[in-house]
Amino acid sequence: MKARAKNRIVGSPVPRKEGIDKLLGKARYIDDLEREGMWHGATVRSSIPRGLIRSIDFDPLIDWSEFAIVTAADIPGKNHVQLIFADQPCLADGRTNHCDEAIVLLAHPDKHKLREAVDAIRIEYEPLPPVFTIEESERQDTIIWGEDNLLKSFLLQKGDVDSAWAGAAHVIEGDYRTGAQEHLYIENNGAIAEYSAEWGVIVWGSLQCPFYVHKSLMAIFDLPEDKVRVIQTETGGAFGGKEDFPSTLCAHAALLAMKSGHAVKIVYDRMEDLAATTKRHPSRVRHRTALDATGKLLAMDIEVATDGGAYCTLSSTVLSRATLHSPGPYVCPNVRVRSRAWATNTVPYGAFRGFGAPQAIFAIERHMDEIAGAIGMDPIELRRRNFLHDGDTTATEQVMREPVILDQLLDRALAESDYHVRHGRFAADNPNNPVKRGLGIAAFYHGSGFTGSGERYLNSLAGLDVTVDDKVRVLVSSTEFGQGTNTILTQIAAESIGIDYADVLMAPPDTSIVPNSGPTVASRTSMVVGRLIERAGSQLVAMLREHAGLDEHYTRDQFFAACATYRAAHGEVVSMCRYEAPPNIFWDDQTYRGEAYPAFAWSVHVAQVAVDTVTYSTEVEEFWSVQEVGRVLHPVLAGGQIEGGIAQAIGYALYEKVVWQNGHMANNQMTNYIMPTAQDVPPIHVYFEEIPFDHGAFGAKGIGELPHDGPAPAILNAIKDATGISFNTIPLLPEDLFAKLSVTQPIEEPASV
Amino acid sequence: MRGNPEAHTLLAPGTLAGVLALLADEPGKWTPIAGGTELMVAHAAGRLTASNLVSLWGIPDLRFIEMTAQSIAIGAAATFRDVRACAAIVSDFPLLAQSAAWIGSIANQSRATVGGNLVNGSPAADSSPVLLAYDADIELVSVRGTRRIAYRDFHTGYKRNALAPDELLYAVYLPRRFAQHRQYVRKVGTRRAMAISKVALAATALIETDRIQEVRLAAASLAAFPTRLYRAEDSLLGRPIDPESIQAARAALLAEILPIDDIRSTAEYRKCVAANLLHEFLNSLLRPAASR
Amino acid sequence: MSETRSTIRLTVNGIDREVCVPPMRRLLDVLREDLHLTGTKEGCGEGECGSCSVRMNGELVNSCLVPALQAQCAQIQTVEGLAGECAMHPLQEAFLACGGAQCGICTPGMLMAAAHLLANNPRPTIGEIREGLAGNLCRCTGFVRIFESVIAAASQSEHTSHAR
Repeated sequence: MKARAKNRIVGSPVPRKEGIDKLLGKARYIDDLEREGMWHGATVRSSIPRGLIRSIDFDPLIDWSEFAIVTAADIPGKNHVQLIFADQPCLADGRTNHCDEAIVLLAHPDKHKLREAVDAIRIEYEPLPPVFTIEESERQDTIIWGEDNLLKSFLLQKGDVDSAWAGAAHVIEGDYRTGAQEHLYIENNGAIAEYSAEWGVIVWGSLQCPFYVHKSLMAIFDLPEDKVRVIQTETGGAFGGKEDFPSTLCAHAALLAMKSGHAVKIVYDRMEDLAATTKRHPSRVRHRTALDATGKLLAMDIEVATDGGAYCTLSSTVLSRATLHSPGPYVCPNVRVRSRAWATNTVPYGAFRGFGAPQAIFAIERHMDEIAGAIGMDPIELRRRNFLHDGDTTATEQVMREPVILDQLLDRALAESDYHVRHGRFAADNPNNPVKRGLGIAAFYHGSGFTGSGERYLNSLAGLDVTVDDKVRVLVSSTEFGQGTNTILTQIAAESIGIDYADVLMAPPDTSIVPNSGPTVASRTSMVVGRLIERAGSQLVAMLREHAGLDEHYTRDQFFAACATYRAAHGEVVSMCRYEAPPNIFWDDQTYRGEAYPAFAWSVHVAQVAVDTVTYSTEVEEFWSVQEVGRVLHPVLAGGQIEGGIAQAIGYALYEKVVWQNGHMANNQMTNYIMPTAQDVPPIHVYFEEIPFDHGAFGAKGIGELPHDGPAPAILNAIKDATGISFNTIPLLPEDLFAKLSVTQPIEEPASV
Repeated sequence: MRGNPEAHTLLAPGTLAGVLALLADEPGKWTPIAGGTELMVAHAAGRLTASNLVSLWGIPDLRFIEMTAQSIAIGAAATFRDVRACAAIVSDFPLLAQSAAWIGSIANQSRATVGGNLVNGSPAADSSPVLLAYDADIELVSVRGTRRIAYRDFHTGYKRNALAPDELLYAVYLPRRFAQHRQYVRKVGTRRAMAISKVALAATALIETDRIQEVRLAAASLAAFPTRLYRAEDSLLGRPIDPESIQAARAALLAEILPIDDIRSTAEYRKCVAANLLHEFLNSLLRPAASR
Repeated sequence: MSETRSTIRLTVNGIDREVCVPPMRRLLDVLREDLHLTGTKEGCGEGECGSCSVRMNGELVNSCLVPALQAQCAQIQTVEGLAGECAMHPLQEAFLACGGAQCGICTPGMLMAAAHLLANNPRPTIGEIREGLAGNLCRCTGFVRIFESVIAAASQSEHTSHAR
C-alpha cells in the first residue's frame, strides 16, 4: 500500500487538534490550574500618567506580615522587559511614565484579601507634565522619552517624489486617523510561577511567545538559559495582545514566587486587563498624491505617525510594517514614506493583528476613494489602473516575482457581491429612504512573515521526533491560541511523512522541550514554521530510508517499525530543520530597499452599509472577502480566520473606542468597550483563489492578519457612497456621523396630513 | 473579582412577609437583591457598599403576572423572560415585550426583574419609558400596609425614589386601555444587543378626527431618571400632525430634556436623536395604523 | 464583617453537591473553585461576555451574577454535563465539524447558550440564533461558524428525532 497517495490531509477539514478538549470543557487555561500551596498575586499601579515616586506607604491597619511584597529593589537582575530596547522597567523605580504602570506587587494565600491591601498602599508622587497625543509629542515641548520623544523613524524612497508635482494633472491630499483598539481576547492575561534557588524559575502562562518570556526572565532574574522554563497553557485568544505583555506579567508572578516561597498565580480581572495591557497603536497618516490625467499614480508622499505609548516595546517593528504597507497594492514610480513613532504617557501600545498594516491600509484605501472623488473617476477604475502586476516593483523596489491577481480578485468580489446591480438599486432608493445604503471596496496586501531580514535574524529551528508509543511529535515553540497552529502543523507533518493526522501530536509548548521556532506572530506560522515542518518530515523519511531500511512505499506500521529500527541502532528519532531564506532575497535595513517580505497575501473586500439618518448609526449589512493566501491548508480554519478578522475589524471601524481620561482608559469594562455581538456581525462571504507559493508549507502563505486590514476602509468608503460624506477617522461612532450629517442632511421629511 | 464575599451578609427569608419583617426590623439596614444583574456587577467590581442583603429571588408572592379585564399586574420579581413569555403582554402591551427583549441578553432576561429595573433607577432603564408611556401604576408594600402610586411619581432624583426604607416595590399595574392607541418605542444603544441606551423614546397616542386626543411620551437617558416629556406632550394635545406641530413638539422636547456627556455618548447627540425619534413617531402617525 | 457561611445544596450535572460558603460567593466560584468544574469560564465578571453561562433550573444564567445562596436547591447544568456517556452532544459535534470553536474560551458558555436555545426552540431561525447567542461574546470566529454549528446541530437533532 502506498501511504502517501492515500492521505491528502493538507487542504482537508480535519477536526481541530485540541477541539474535543475545548468542547468538553476539559481544556485547561491558566485560571483553571492550581499548584500546591499556591498564593495569589496582585499589582499596585500608578494613578498618574507621569511623575516621580516620592514614597510608598503601607497602611498600618493591614497585617503586612501575611503578604509577600515586591518592589523594583527586589529584582535580582536587570529591571527591564527584554524586547527591542531596554527602556521599559519590569516595575517602576522612582518614576512612572504611564497610568496603571506596575509599582508594587503583593501576594497572599487568600485572593479576597488582596483588593483591600492594594487599596491600602498609598503612593505619593511629584507629578510631571504628561504628553498624550502624537501632536503633543512631536511638538517636543515636553520631552518624555530619549532626547526627542521619537521612538523610531524610517525613510523609504523610490524615484524622485519632489520632481513629480509640477507635471501632475492632479495633486490630492488627505489626512487619516485611527484610534487605539483593545484586543479583547475573552481570556484575560494570567500566569503562574514557581521559583527555587536550585532549579530557577518556571512559569505557566497564557501567551504567544514562550521564548520572548524566557529571554526576558533570564535578564530579570540573572539566570542562565537552563534555569528558566516557560510553558504556554491553553490560551483563550491573543491577537497580538499576548505577544509582549506576558513578558512583564510572568516576571511579576515569578518575583512574587521568589519572595513568598510559594507558587503564585496572577490572573487579571477584565478591568485591570483593559487598563494596564497593550492596545493597537493609534495613527495619523498623511497622503499627498500626484496623478496624470488618466488617473495613473505619479508620486506618493506619505507621512506615517504612530503613538507608541510610554515605552518602545514593539513600536519600531509596528512602524516598519505600517511603512511598508502604506503605499498600498499599487504601482508608482515615485514614492516617499517618512514614518515616525512617538512616545506618549499612556500604556505602551503593542502588537495587534495586522501590526501597523491596518492603520496604513485604512489611510491608502480611504485616500484612493478620495482621489477618485476628486478627479471624477470610479474608485474601482482608479484602482484597476494602478494595481501591481507580476513583474512590477513595489515602493521598496521589490520585483513581484509571484503571480499577482488583483484584477481577478476584484472581478470576483464585484461578481459575488453583485456590486453593480446593488449599487444601482441603492442609488435609486436612497433619496426617499431615511436609511441610506452604500457599497465600498478595499484592495490590499499583507506581507507574510517577518519584515525584511527578520526571518534570517530569527533563524528558527523546528522539527519532529517519534515517541516509543508510535506517535510523531511536532517540536515547535509556535503556539495555539485559536488560530489553528496545532491543527495545521500536524496536518503538514502527517502529509509530509505520509501517515495519518491522528498519528501526529504537538509536543508540549514548553521551552525545556521544544526548540525556538520563533514567535507566533506576523502571519508566519503556516508559511515559515509550516515549511520547516514539511522539510523535517521529508528529511525524517529520507533518514529512515537511509538508516533504517524504509522502502520507497510504506504503510503506517512500516514507518513506525523503521523508527524502532532506527532508535535501536542510533537512539532518538529526531529530525530538525533550520530556516532557509527563499533564493534571491535581498534586503537593506538602512535604505529600506529590497524584498520586504518573502511573499504577500492579497485581498479585495466589499462592504455594504446602511446609515440611519434618524440615529446616525451605521450597520454593516453584508460583507464579501476574496483573497489569495497561497494554498489553503484547512478550509474551515482558513474561513474562520477571515471571518473572525473581519468581525474584529468591523469593531475597529465602527464600535471600539478607547476613552482616555488623563491617560487612563476610562471605559475599562466590557459593558463600555463595545465589540460587535452576534447581532451586530453581518453575513460574511469568503472566497479563496489559490496560487501555491513555492517556499511556504505545501504552498501556504500567511493568512491570520490579512482580514483585519481591509474592512475599516471598505466600510468608510461605503459610508461615503451612502451619504456623500467623507469620514477619515476611526472608530467612526454615531456621534461622529451626527456631527457632520446633522448639518448637511437634516432628516426633516415633509410631513403633511 | 474585587469584592469580598465574606464582607456581605445575604439572607433569604423565602416569603414576602419574612422580607418585610426584616426590612421593618431595622429600616435601611437591608438592601433587597433580586436577580443580581446590577448588584452582583457592583460586587465583582468591589463597589457593592451594602453589607446586608436580603434575597427576593424565589419568592412566589413577588413573581407573578395576573390579568383582570382592566389591567395586568406584574409582580416585582417577575423576570423579563416572564414578561416576554406572557401572551397578554405581547398582545396588549407590545412595547413592554419589545423593551423586555432589549434587556441585556437571554441570560440577563432570565434573572433581571421588572422591580429591579425600576428600583435600580438607572436613567437608561429599558422598561421605564414604556411603563411611563402606558401610564403604569406601582404598588409599594411594607408591614404597614400597601400604597399605590403612579409610576411617573416614583423616581425623585438620580437613583432616588419614593420607597420608604421599610418598603418594597410589590407590583406594576398596566391599564388595558391602549388597544386603540398608536404605539412606538425605539432604543438607540451602543450596539444591537447587550447595549445600554444612549437614547430611548416610548410613545402612546390616541388620534381622533385627525387630532391628537391623548399622548404620552417618555424617555430614557435624557435626564437624571426616566421621565415623561410633558412639555412635548402638551404641545401636541389637540393638534393635528403637521409640520408646525412636529416642529413645536421638537422644540418643546429640546427645551425640557437635560442629557449629559458621558462615557457612552454626548448631550448634543442625545438631544438631536431624541428629537429625531419623536419626529419619526409623529411621522408614523400620518400613515394608517397597522392592523393588529 | 460577617463570618456567616451557608450550606448550599445543589445538583450539578445530575449529581447532588453540598458546599459551605459565604452566601454572596458567586455561583461561578462555587463551580470552579469549590466543585473544581473549571469548564465554566470567567471573561468579564459583569454579565457581559457570557463565558460563565450555565443552565439553572432550565434557565440560562450568567453564573458570575448568581449569589450562591440563590442557587440553593437548584439544578445546574454546565458544559461538563452536556456530553453523554459515550458521545458528545450534537452541538459539540457540530462545533467541531463546522469550526465553531477557535481559542475555546467562550465555547463552554456558547454551548450552554446554544443548548438552551435549542431546548426551547429546536428549529431556530438565523435571527433567533443571533438573539439567543447575543450575550455570549466570541472574539475569534466572527460568529459565522457558530451560527452554522447551531444550524447543523438543530438539523441533526431533528434527523435523530425523526429516526426514533
